[in-house]
This record gives sequence, C-alpha cells and structure tokens, in this order.
Amino acid sequence: MGVEQKLGDMGIVTTKLEELVNWSRTNAMWPMLFGLACCAIEMMAAQASHYDMSRFGMELMRASPRQSDLMIVAGRVSRKMAPVVRRLYDQMPEPKWVIAMGDCASCGGVFNNYAILQGVDEIIPVDVYVAGCPPRPEALIHGVVTLYEKVKGDKFKDAVKA
Amino acid sequence: MIFQALAAVPGAGSRVIMDTKLKKLADVLQEKFGSSIEEFRDEVHVFLKAEQIVEALILLRDKHEFELLSALTATDYHPQQTPRFHVIYQLSSLAKNLTVQLRVPVNGDQPKVPTATRVYDNANWREREVFDMFGIEFEGHPDPRRILNPEDIVGHPLRKDFPLGYEEPQFTFNYDDIDLKKIYAKE
Repeated sequence: MGVEQKLGDMGIVTTKLEELVNWSRTNAMWPMLFGLACCAIEMMAAQASHYDMSRFGMELMRASPRQSDLMIVAGRVSRKMAPVVRRLYDQMPEPKWVIAMGDCASCGGVFNNYAILQGVDEIIPVDVYVAGCPPRPEALIHGVVTLYEKVKGDKFKDAVKA
Repeated sequence: MIFQALAAVPGAGSRVIMDTKLKKLADVLQEKFGSSIEEFRDEVHVFLKAEQIVEALILLRDKHEFELLSALTATDYHPQQTPRFHVIYQLSSLAKNLTVQLRVPVNGDQPKVPTATRVYDNANWREREVFDMFGIEFEGHPDPRRILNPEDIVGHPLRKDFPLGYEEPQFTFNYDDIDLKKIYAKE
C-alpha cells in the first residue's frame, strides 16, 4: 500500500539505533503552543494550510510544556516575561530544543532598551536562530529543517554526559 | 468626502459653547485655588499645587459632574523646565461632555504627591504606573509597588536622565569584543 510496494519486500531493515532514534525525534517534534509577539502570526501561518508544517511532523502544537519537544520563541521577550519563559523551558521534558524566531528573540532586534531581553539566549540555550522581522513562514520552516539536520547528527555519548 | 459630511452636520460649530463652559469652570478653579490656566487646542490645563489636588478632584467630582478619571500620567520636562515633572490628571464629564486637565508640577529626586485613590478608585494602578516609570511617590497609596517593570529594576525608565539603549550594538569591527561580554545561558 505504501512504502513496501515502492521498495519491494522489506522484511528486515537494519540501521543504527542512534539514527533510528534521531529519525523518530525529527519526525514527531511537537512545538509548544505559545507566541510572544508578531512573529507568532507568522508561526501560525507556517502551521496553517498554505505552508503546512505538519509535513515535517509538527501537526500538533502542544499547549502544555510537559508534552512538547520544541520551544519556538516567537517574539520579543520582555524582562518581566523572562522568568516565565525560563520556567516553561524547565518544565519541558528532555530532550528539548529551542528555536529563537526573529530578530527580537535572537538579539533584541530594534528594542535596545531596558524592557527587552537582548536575545533569549541570555536565559535559555538556543539551537537555531531564524533571522527576519518577522521571518516568513519559509524562513521558519528552513529553521526547523536546519534543526532537524542538527538533531540527526546527535550522538548518544554526548547526551549521557549528565 | 467624510470630512465634508462632518462639516455639514448641524451643531458642528458648537465648540464655542463648550469653550464657555470650560471657561466658567476654569474661573471657578482659578478663584478657589489661585491656579494658572493654559489653553492649547481647545484643551484647558489647570495648574495646581500638590496639596490642592485632592480637594480640587473632590470639587470637580461632586460639584461639576466629572465622574471619570480618564487618565493619570506624568511628563518629565528635564532639563528644559523646573519643576521637572508634571503629574497630569485628565478628567471627563460624561454628563456635560467636557474634558479638563489638571497638572501638578513637582520637583526633586523623590517628589511626593498626595494619592487620589480615595477620590477615584481607578487612580490606584495609574499611580503605581507613574511611580514605576517616573519615581513620583503618592502619599497614602494603599499599595505602593511597581506595576509594569520587574521588581529588581534600578531606576525609573521614563525619566529623561534614564540611559537610552541597553547594550552596545554589535558590528563587524567590534563583534568579538561584545560577544565576549555577552551572557549566554548554558543549560
């Protein structure tokens, strides 16, 4: 019906466990349902039918940090919001990844002032930075694919150091 | 087209009547408090001393139907003017369709103004915001905490002597210097 017919009789597939795990992680990486500013609008557009991020295993935006693997920081993080974002990050189960979407989340953007964090990497470790103000959905999807490339190269021995 | 239609509405020239109403009101305040009056684009600004403001608010609320405190804010005129701060009370009368602005000039690093929370309940959060942003204390306020900024911020951001900008912008020539100083979260 599907892949079997195309590939013929696939009784056994051999692969490295590492690659299997990384493949499964990249193909069902659920982002957390939260947005902080205008970038969230583009994030919603990336989720919706035109761009359709479910092609990349992201059909579900989880409204709980306990069920999500990926945090897309979409928008500027104010200093008052910073402890909340850090707490949400701490509540996410391992393994977890962070995309800083847009200029504000990456480096403060145009808001070089007392109220805005100069990049969300001051409070949480960031895997991929997406430039743009706001980034178009294609740019966000490119960021996601870049993150997948990173995850596919993960090694178990790096993860067990803790 | 819209502007033309508005101009054709009968009574659009009734601004003259509104002005006389405000003039009467301004005269009352001037007589009672000896305050100076400024007029700017049909708005009337009444300057009061800090110790007069509560009495003036009660008078306007009870005798002149100004039942709504539509704004309570402040402005910092540093360094052009002393006293540097104006605490601004914008009152509206829904019954009379009038707006009047009371201004209290205050000076110093920790200026104090009596609270208006006993006259208008909604002054509570607005006074907290003015305290947060300008450092103007409201004496007798039931809950004198910051409201918008984090608790640990130093200074009052909307003062004109508060530093603009937060970190030095990163360009190609100083990229590495700034990168060294930047805090990055580890885990």
